[in-house]
Amino acid sequence: MKRVSTNNLFGMCSRRDFLKYCTIMAASMGLPLTAGEKIADALTSPKRPAVIWISGQGCTGCTESLLRTSHPTLATLILDMISLDYNETLNAGAGRQAEEFMERSVEENRGKFVLVIEGAIPTKDGGIYCQIAGKPFVKIVKDLADKAGAIIAIGSCASWGGIPSADPNPTGAKGAPEVLKDKTVVTIPGCPANPYNFLSTVAFYLTYKKLPELDKKGRPKFAYSRLIHENCERRPHFDAGRFAERFGDEGHRKGYCLFKLGCKGPVTYNNCSILQFNDVGTWPVRCGHPCFGCSEDGVGFNIPFFVEANITKSSVITPAATPAGIEYERGGKVSGTAAGLIGAAVGAAIGAGAVSVSKMKSESEDEK
Amino acid sequence: MSLSRRGFLKTVVGGSVALGTVSLSKESGASEGELPPDAVGILYDSNLCIGCQSCMVACKRANGMPVEHTGDQKTWDNPLDLSAKTLNIIKMYRDGDKFAFIKRQCMHCLEPACAAACPVTALHKDEKTGIVTYDPSACIGCRYCQVACPYDIPKFDWNSPFPQIHKCQLCIHLLKEGKYAACCHVCPTGASLFGPVKKLREEAQRRLLMKPGEYYEFPVNHIESGKKVVHKAKKYIQHIYGLNEVGGSQCMILAGVEFEKLGLPALRKESYVSDLEGVSMELYKYLVYPVAALGGLVYLVRKRGVHD
Amino acid sequence: MSEARPLNTRIITFPFVVGVVLVILALIFLIKRFIYGLGPVSGMNDGYPWGLWIAYDVNVGTAFACGGYAMAILIYIFNKGEYTPLLKPAILTSMLGYTLAAVSIFFDIGRYWNMFNIFMPWHMNLHSPMLEVAVCIASYVVVLWIEFSPVLLKNPGVRKLIKSEDIEEKLMKVLFIFVALGMLLPTMHQSSLGTLMILAGYKLSPLYWSKFLPFFFLLCALMLGYAIVIFETSVAGVAFNNTHEFKLLQKLSAVMPWLIGIFILMRFQDINARGALSDIFKGDLPGNMYLLENLLLLIALCILRKKENRANNKKVLIAAMCTLFGAGLYRFDAYITAFNPRNGWHYFPTTPEILITLGVIAVELLGYLYVVKRFPVLVLPKRNN
Repeated sequence: MKRVSTNNLFGMCSRRDFLKYCTIMAASMGLPLTAGEKIADALTSPKRPAVIWISGQGCTGCTESLLRTSHPTLATLILDMISLDYNETLNAGAGRQAEEFMERSVEENRGKFVLVIEGAIPTKDGGIYCQIAGKPFVKIVKDLADKAGAIIAIGSCASWGGIPSADPNPTGAKGAPEVLKDKTVVTIPGCPANPYNFLSTVAFYLTYKKLPELDKKGRPKFAYSRLIHENCERRPHFDAGRFAERFGDEGHRKGYCLFKLGCKGPVTYNNCSILQFNDVGTWPVRCGHPCFGCSEDGVGFNIPFFVEANITKSSVITPAATPAGIEYERGGKVSGTAAGLIGAAVGAAIGAGAVSVSKMKSESEDEK
Repeated sequence: MSLSRRGFLKTVVGGSVALGTVSLSKESGASEGELPPDAVGILYDSNLCIGCQSCMVACKRANGMPVEHTGDQKTWDNPLDLSAKTLNIIKMYRDGDKFAFIKRQCMHCLEPACAAACPVTALHKDEKTGIVTYDPSACIGCRYCQVACPYDIPKFDWNSPFPQIHKCQLCIHLLKEGKYAACCHVCPTGASLFGPVKKLREEAQRRLLMKPGEYYEFPVNHIESGKKVVHKAKKYIQHIYGLNEVGGSQCMILAGVEFEKLGLPALRKESYVSDLEGVSMELYKYLVYPVAALGGLVYLVRKRGVHD
Repeated sequence: MSEARPLNTRIITFPFVVGVVLVILALIFLIKRFIYGLGPVSGMNDGYPWGLWIAYDVNVGTAFACGGYAMAILIYIFNKGEYTPLLKPAILTSMLGYTLAAVSIFFDIGRYWNMFNIFMPWHMNLHSPMLEVAVCIASYVVVLWIEFSPVLLKNPGVRKLIKSEDIEEKLMKVLFIFVALGMLLPTMHQSSLGTLMILAGYKLSPLYWSKFLPFFFLLCALMLGYAIVIFETSVAGVAFNNTHEFKLLQKLSAVMPWLIGIFILMRFQDINARGALSDIFKGDLPGNMYLLENLLLLIALCILRKKENRANNKKVLIAAMCTLFGAGLYRFDAYITAFNPRNGWHYFPTTPEILITLGVIAVELLGYLYVVKRFPVLVLPKRNN
């Protein structure tokens, strides 16, 4: 396989740096470090795989989020690594031209292209609430999914419905897995999704020609198998019972745990607390705002921001920082009524005896 | 008040059934704890324990136990003691700046009082591994096991209309799959060590001989896993708790603080089960005495006629 | 001559109504127990798994119900036929007491639906004193009902329902077996109730723990059996103006000083042999209870020791009451007040718990009142025509 020169790949970086980034990507997926080389090879192979990226009821935030990447940059991704044959935001062409190009790419790469779905899929009234080129989005999704090699739903909207599906859900917005029930759909929830979760999945697919391990909701386990709470930097404060009670109070200023301000970290699966965003380590909790569970179906856009998360799962709830002491006083509360009743009962027994004693004659009469 | 010879004899004869209830000599010697063939247990070393409580989390997960809250804040699983929801607990002893941790769970005694007490064999000592298991389908909920256990381990569902007894069963359900006790599986320091009791006893002896302040290798998780960690040895109280207490147990404890301060009662060498043997077992063995007594009584009643 | 006759007086009296109220209260809380479990209704906890129901209803209650047992021993083993008039009322009290002790066990054990496991050979643990107690008490309840059935069969209402004559005939042929069992079974389980607490080990105060617990419990059962017969005959005699059996009580009370004396001496010596004598004056609860029990029993002993005291009905009744309280307290203390699991546990019965126990006692009293009024139990003086 002829290698393409990797100079200036990843935007002005050397091959050494490129290999380093591939190794980092491998590590973030929980793969052995030797996989880094494999990924590097796959990403530099001359035949770039086709990707069809369709948008439904979305805000394009996930595409935007991909713009804020540096390893690789979006430019490098779409120019050197994959063949992005259709993306409404980034298309060079428009209208019928773009649609025909997409159809041709689909036919050429049938069974091999990667279908990326961004935005929710409205299903009410035949799906008329989102139509592209006169076709309801739900139909577009179904048609393309039949011909795709892999399907990735990026963002909470495409994964489970996101904002459009919030109560009362007037358009019947659904996530891709719900619409494509018989297909394996990789979901990368988040609002927006962390772009590196998406990029790592794509790199994995290109390298190993199969999808990474997914959980029951189709989320890659390397990113979504743990709660934000499990890796949160403010966890020691949670375990020790140090909470911010109001925005701006002393606890908030000291960086204490935001659970009482409604942080949904304990009920949200994602890796925001480890990976963070924008390559500078920002994420909501670090900035002092509680996580609102944007990735989690049933939490984000459902439970209000500042309502305490309802943590009941024993997998979440771990012991407090300080263990129990050796001995405690418990039980044996003496209630007045109880003591009174006992006294009354014993008194009655003694009383019955005393009355009998007083009433009986000392000497027994002889039996006749 | 005088008794005639006749009266005295009658008293003796009449009381023979009553007096026979007590065997005044301990005939059956206490079976001084023999180890079952595949006896497994846990060696807990308080000197190595850092109080991370991973063992509590692992135990709850492995056994599907619910969360137990203490206090208003329902954010932690923070039981005060073993209970129907908590089979394994880490407690902390404090004395000024000094502190030590202690892990409490079923000791899996060699002569378990709970198993001797249970009328319906709901608590039963496994013949091979020696683990004392609980069978709710047999249990009648009489709670005699709670009265009998010298360590106060079995706990009861007081707030359920369908209560059970709960206690550590050394993850016997995992043993069947070739794994071992969850608490030992996750212990990072080797404080909770699983393995065959014979090897655990040797390891405990080895630790008592360690010089405080010197570095030694300590096995972690399973004593036969080969995994080792290096620690600086601390001073040990020269006693292996559980080796000889009430007949010995398969779980043992080492500590650097007096065991009483850690909530472990000072117990005698013989188990109270052996006291039972001398009393009830001699008397009711094969029901010989009772049947003989019944025979005598039937004869007496027949002869004297039933009074209406 | 006198004969056993129903009293035929009014059933609905003031004590009867009070009893019914107590029973209704007890039933309300029993329903709560079955819906919510034992914790919300009682003060029992993991430190004190046995509370008022086991320590009083079963433990003391069955001892108080040993009247039939004690009288049977006197009548059949020692051939004192003159006590026969006291036998039927004693069997009645025993029957009611033991039946209600069994009912108390039923609602105390947590998994009552598995109760019959104690009879299943594949479940039975023959090493367990609890098994012995459970099987024996269950059997003895049946024996008591059979022993009392001749009285029940004499009631005209019952005779109308079933063919009493045939049953009575067959019954009388085999009754001797049950009478014999009625002397064996209580010996076994009353002593086993003591054996139970041997396993409590160090948790029981040294003043109460002993390898001789079964013997002490049996002695208590016997002395309580005689004491309850005296108490019940005296109180019922005064209440129903039926005092002619009191002379028998004087003779009966002669047994008690022996039993009490042996008990006090042996218990003291047992404590001494184990080197725990200093605990008596520690001032803690077990020590004080020991003193109280012995004080009450010594009073009874001193009274009944002298023949002239035994001829005085009042003193006999006072001595019987002292015995009931003293020995009854000993049995209760051995289960609860002398039991200390340490670790900060405490126990005190809750109001619902006490009300349920009072309801159980009320059923016994109501049952006694009803039966003596409608069935030939009490031996009354012959009516003048």
